[in-house]
Amino acid sequence: MSDIESRGYAKPEVLVSTDWVAEHLTDPGVRIIESNEDPLLYPSGHIPGAVEVDWTRDLNDPLRRDYLDREGFSSLMRRIGATPDTLLVLYGDKNNWWATYAFWVFQLFGHTNAKVMDGGRAKWIKEERPVTREVPSYPATEYAAPPRDDSKIRAFRDRVLDHVEKKGQLVDVRSPQEYTGERMHMPDYPNEGALRGGHIPGAKSVPWGRAVKEDGTFKPADELKAIYEGEASLKGSDEVIAYCRIGERSSLTWFVLTYLLGYPDVRNYDGSWTEWGNLVGVPIEK
Amino acid sequence: MPEIPAQLAETLDLLRFLPDRADRIQFLIDVADRFEDVPPRIAVRPFSCDNRVPACESEAYVWAERRPDGTLDYHFAVENPQGVSAKSLAVILREGLSGAPLDQVAALSTDLVYDIYGNELSMGKSMGLMAMLTMVRNLARQALAEPVPAAAVS
Repeated sequence: MSDIESRGYAKPEVLVSTDWVAEHLTDPGVRIIESNEDPLLYPSGHIPGAVEVDWTRDLNDPLRRDYLDREGFSSLMRRIGATPDTLLVLYGDKNNWWATYAFWVFQLFGHTNAKVMDGGRAKWIKEERPVTREVPSYPATEYAAPPRDDSKIRAFRDRVLDHVEKKGQLVDVRSPQEYTGERMHMPDYPNEGALRGGHIPGAKSVPWGRAVKEDGTFKPADELKAIYEGEASLKGSDEVIAYCRIGERSSLTWFVLTYLLGYPDVRNYDGSWTEWGNLVGVPIEK
Repeated sequence: MPEIPAQLAETLDLLRFLPDRADRIQFLIDVADRFEDVPPRIAVRPFSCDNRVPACESEAYVWAERRPDGTLDYHFAVENPQGVSAKSLAVILREGLSGAPLDQVAALSTDLVYDIYGNELSMGKSMGLMAMLTMVRNLARQALAEPVPAAAVS
């Protein structure tokens, strides 16, 4: 039994190890994707054969605050040489937080044949595995994405408001200072992009980084349950909405709850605090 | 309005002349390779949270050291080994602002972050980088408000 399989996850197959990636660098059925918060990282060195998917340039609508549409996603997949049958393996910096964000967006278009490299970029580098600055070029493929489906794993403002009124489960994955609104009161410094500080009423504070170990790999299921069910009193059978500032950190929590703990109904509220903290009239707690 | 410090202005001019995004990125990566950790005479780990840059996910720290002429040398630490952008900004600020007139440093706009990195920064990344510049600016403002010790003026 592998290390990942021994951790008691509901869906361990969603993770691959760095060993596995090393063995599949030239597998034509696999496309390795690096997705980072820092735009300088991929060009400074990446896993050989990996392509870059940049959140700002590749996944976002350039005009509206929304993700790319069906044609945009299809075009992206064609550019990176992926077909609907290609296994996409995502990894990135900082505990894979932007890799899971890209993973989440890919699920909106139904590309479920995707995995995350446990430990991310940091683990690969720490293990002194090969990196290159060479940017690969793959022949364009045929890819016709279905329409984007926001109905299952994405939460919008009105659903969140309704959820709050019904006292539904919410997880605020930001830092404790953001959760309490304390960060808003630092003069001169960027104010999290919101006019108000605090959190959505009823939200439990579970900073996103608590799901990973020092080496960036995910904690085993029993430790995750102790955090989310023991401390935060979440019930896996009920809907959970996770949020942060723009949905980037909460996508990692969405990933953890959905795949590692097997919760059937978890949504990422990507409007998150940049929307809620600027929205006229919505309730806020401190 | 005070001018931008000459050394920093030179870096900004260089960036403006780079033909495309790939050139800018390579320039910044090369700059990051020159990053030097804060000298032990200034600070050793664990660092004080007073010097930690708020909102910076790369866990950056900033210190200022007074020069004899009353200006400041700026020192940095970036704990995230993958914090390439943070390291590149630290080098730009250290090389561009150390020894610069305090009033010029104190008047810098955080929009400089976009002049350096372009507009395709995520909100979190831009906030962290702006916070680093803000911290340097605040150190200059504090120094302006403090009298220079007589021994420091040659």
